[in-house]
Amino acid sequence: MGVWQSYRLRLQRKRWRLRAIRKRRELRSVVDRTAQIRPGDILLFSTQRNEHVRLPYFLDYYRRLGVNHFLFVDNDSTDGAYDYLADQPDVSLWHTAASYKRARYGVDWLNWLQMRHGHGHWCLVVDPDEFFVYPFCDTRPLRALTDWLDASSIKSFSAMLLDMYPKGRIDQQPYRAGQDPLEIACWFDSGNYSLKRNKRYGNLWIQGGPRARVFFADRPELAPALNKIPLVKWDKKYVYTSSTHMLLPRGLNLVYDEWGGEKASGILLHAKFLDTFTEKAREELDRRQHYSASVEYRAYAERLTQNPELWCKWSEKYINWRQLEILGLMSKGNWA
Amino acid sequence: MTVGIVMLVHTALNRAEQVARHWTAAGCPVVIHVDAHVPRDAHRAFLDRLSDDPMVRFSRRHVCEWGTWGLVAATQDAAGLLLDTFADVTHVYLTSGACLPLRPVDELIGYLRASPRTDFIESATISDVPWTMGGLDEERFTLRFPFSWKRQRPLFDLAVDIQRRLKLRRRAPAGLVPHMGSQWWCLTRQTLSAILQDPERPRYDRYFRSVWIPDESYFQTLVRLYSSNIESRSLTLSKFDFQGKPHIFYDDHLQLLRRSDCFVARKIWPHADRLYDAFLGETGAAARQTEPSPAKIDRIFARAVERRTRGRPGLYMHSRFPNQDWENGVTSGPYSVFQGFSDLFEDFETWLSKATGARVHGHLFGPDRVEFAGGQTLVNGCLSDSVARRDYDPKAFLTSLIWNTRGERQCFQYGPADNQTIAWMMARDTNAQISVISGAWAVPLFRSNRNFADLRAEAARLQRIEHKHLDILRSAHARARIRIWTMAEFVESPMEPLQTLLDEIGSVRNARLAEAPRMVNLEGFGQFLQNLKNQGMHPYLMGDFPVDPVPVNQTSQPRKPYLVR
Repeated sequence: MGVWQSYRLRLQRKRWRLRAIRKRRELRSVVDRTAQIRPGDILLFSTQRNEHVRLPYFLDYYRRLGVNHFLFVDNDSTDGAYDYLADQPDVSLWHTAASYKRARYGVDWLNWLQMRHGHGHWCLVVDPDEFFVYPFCDTRPLRALTDWLDASSIKSFSAMLLDMYPKGRIDQQPYRAGQDPLEIACWFDSGNYSLKRNKRYGNLWIQGGPRARVFFADRPELAPALNKIPLVKWDKKYVYTSSTHMLLPRGLNLVYDEWGGEKASGILLHAKFLDTFTEKAREELDRRQHYSASVEYRAYAERLTQNPELWCKWSEKYINWRQLEILGLMSKGNWA
Repeated sequence: MTVGIVMLVHTALNRAEQVARHWTAAGCPVVIHVDAHVPRDAHRAFLDRLSDDPMVRFSRRHVCEWGTWGLVAATQDAAGLLLDTFADVTHVYLTSGACLPLRPVDELIGYLRASPRTDFIESATISDVPWTMGGLDEERFTLRFPFSWKRQRPLFDLAVDIQRRLKLRRRAPAGLVPHMGSQWWCLTRQTLSAILQDPERPRYDRYFRSVWIPDESYFQTLVRLYSSNIESRSLTLSKFDFQGKPHIFYDDHLQLLRRSDCFVARKIWPHADRLYDAFLGETGAAARQTEPSPAKIDRIFARAVERRTRGRPGLYMHSRFPNQDWENGVTSGPYSVFQGFSDLFEDFETWLSKATGARVHGHLFGPDRVEFAGGQTLVNGCLSDSVARRDYDPKAFLTSLIWNTRGERQCFQYGPADNQTIAWMMARDTNAQISVISGAWAVPLFRSNRNFADLRAEAARLQRIEHKHLDILRSAHARARIRIWTMAEFVESPMEPLQTLLDEIGSVRNARLAEAPRMVNLEGFGQFLQNLKNQGMHPYLMGDFPVDPVPVNQTSQPRKPYLVR
C-alpha cells in the first residue's frame, strides 16, 4: 500500500466522519441516559425498525453477556418498539424518520453516536436479530473477552454472520416475544463459505450459507456479505464504512491471521428467518430501503412464495460455541 | 517457621486485599508494594482497609513498568522490609496481586519444611533456553535499554539497532553468569538476605538497571552466587503465551487448577468470583503432601499457542486466511484425483469405491454439473452442486469439501474438459494424489457418435488443455503425489499402477486387488487416432498407439473379470 493510497483512505475516513456529523441532525434524542455510562462500560449500538417482538429477548441476551448500556436508533417504528425501548432503564434512544438508505443503511447514524459516546469503550454494533457468540461465552462474560483483548493489544474482534433457519417452512412456527429465537431457528450451514480478500480495505469478503445456497445459487456474486467486525475498542477517529463489514482505518479490518495461525474470533448467530421474515421481506420490498435496491429481498420474495424451506439433510443443529469451533466457523485463537 | 509473602500490586486492589487477608489468617506476614502509578485516593483507601491487620506492611513505592528496573527495586525493598520486620520468617514468597493460592497455606508451609534450605527459583543460563520473545535473549544482558518498550517502541528499537551496528557490548560484573527464569520465586532467608546485603550489591544493581526485563534475571542470576540448594522451578503456576504475556485463569479453569496441585497460580482474572470463593474459602482439612503437577494445564496452553501460531491445516475462515504457501496444508486431508480413468474403464467410480471404501465422486469440476457421488445435490456442510457457486470460488469449493468430510477420503475424476482454474492449487497441495492417464480423453470422443470435424476440433482443444495441465503437474513447484502415464503405457499393464494407487490410498480392505475394473473396448482406437493424424491433428498425449487393435480385450472372450492369484 502506497502513501498515496493510504492518504486517500484517510480522506475517505474523514469524509465518512463529516457525513456522520452532518447526519446527526436527522436524529432526535428521545431518552438520553448516557450520563449513566461509566468509564470502561461495554456499550451496544443498534438501529431497529418494527422489531418490537424481538427486543425483549435481545436486551435480555446482551444484558446477561454483560453489556452495560444500549444506544438505539429507532427508524420510525410503528409497532410499539419505540415506547418499549424508551422505558428500559439502560437504554438511550434516538428517533428518526429519515431514510435508512440515505444514512447508508444506518451506518451514518451509528457512526455519529459512537463518535459521541463510544470513545474509549468496547462497542458492540449488532442488529436486533444478531446474537453474538464468542469463545467461552457460556462460562465467561463479555468483559472477560474485552479484558483479554485489551491485554493482548487487540482493538477489533471478528464475528462471521451465521444464518440460522428453522426446519420446515420458515413461517411454520410463530415467534413469541421473549422467546429465544434459536429455539425455532436452530439450523445452519457449516461448510459452504467462500472468502475473498478486499485488497483496498484489507478486510475479508465472505459469502455463503443458506442465502447463497438457496436464493443466489445462480448468481453467487450477489449473495450478501457475511464478514462482520462487530466488537471494537472504539476511538472517535474510527468509522464503519459499510455496515459492520469493514472499518477505517484499515488496520482494524485485519482480524484474520495471514501466516497460517488462527486469531480468536466469534460468530453472530443471525436469527433472521423466523415467521416474521415473510412479512418483513414483503414490506422491505415496498420500501426499497435496503442494499442495492433490495436485491436481497427481491430474491427472497421470489423464492419464498414457492418453497420457503432452507433446511436440508446436511444442515447442522446448533448446540454451543464449541461445536462452531470444531466446525471451523470460529476460533479460540490463543485464548484458553 | 513461617513463610513471608511479598506482594506486588498495581490493579484490582480489592482482590489483593482479599488474598493478603487469606495469607495473614494463616499466620503469614505480608508486605505489599503498591505501584506508584496507582492513584492517590485508591491507594489511601487500600491502606485504610488493611490498616486493621498487624501482619500487613507496605513498602516504599516505585514506578513499576513492565520490563524495567522498578519491579526489582520494589521487590528488594519489600523483601528487605519483610525480613527486618518479621524475624520468624524463614522463606519469602514473591507473588503479585493477581496471584491466587490454590492449596491451603499449611500445605505450602509443610512442603517447604520438608525441604529446608531449598530455594525454589527457576534459573537457567540464557544460552540453553529458547524462552525469550522478540529475538532478544543474550542481548538483554549485553546491550543497554534506556527507552521503554511499551511507550517508546521506535526509540527502543532504534537504540537496539544502533548498539548492534556499532557492536557496543558490555560485560556482566565479574563473577556473574546471567541466568533467567520465572519472576515468581520462593527463597530462604539465608539466600535472600545474602543477596540483599551483599557489599557488591550497588555494582550489581547498577548493571541490572539497564538490563532488559531485569525482574526475570536479577534474582535468578544472583541466587547462583549464594544458594547451596537450588530447585530450578517456580512454585507459582504461570504460563506465557506466544507474545510473552501471561495466560489468564477464569472460573471455568476451577477443576483444572484444583487438580494441578500447584501452590499459587497466576494470573487470575479479577472478576473470577468462583475461583476466589473456591480457593480462598477452602480450609486445609487434611494436609496433603502431593507434588505440584501442572502438566495438564501446560498442555492446554501449549495447544492454545499452537492454535494461534499454526492453526488448523486446510481451514479457511474469517480469522484464518493464510497467504499462499503459508497454509500449513492447503487442504485438511489427503484426497485423490483421477484423470482419464473413468474414460478408460467402465464404471470406474463404482469399482474404486468398492475397492477402497472411499467416497468417489464423478467430475466435481465438470463444465455442466458438479457430479457428487451418488448423484447427490448437496453434500456435507451443505455444499451445493451449483456450478455457478463452484466456479465463483473453485478453491473454496475444494477446500470446503475436504474440510467438511474430514475422516473420509474423497476421490474424484478430473479432465481437460473440467474447470482448470483449480489445477495449480491441487498441484501445490501435498494432500493431493493426482494420477493422470494422458490422452484418455480421446476415448469418449472415439466412442461418441459425432461428426468427425467436431471431434477433431474437440480433440485439439482437449489436447491443448491437458498439455498445459501436464506442464503444471511437472513444474518444480508441484508438491502433490503425481503420477502420469500415457494411455499407451497404461493400457499395456493396467494392474500394477492401479495396485500402487490403491496401496497409497490405504483402504481398510485387504490390500490385494481382487477384481479388476473393466476396460472399455478399444478396438479401432488406433485407427481413430490415425484418422485424426490424417486430418492434420496429431494426438501425441496418449503415447504411441499402434494402428492395429491393441492386445488387451483382444481375446475372443469379451471380459475377464477375476484375476486368479
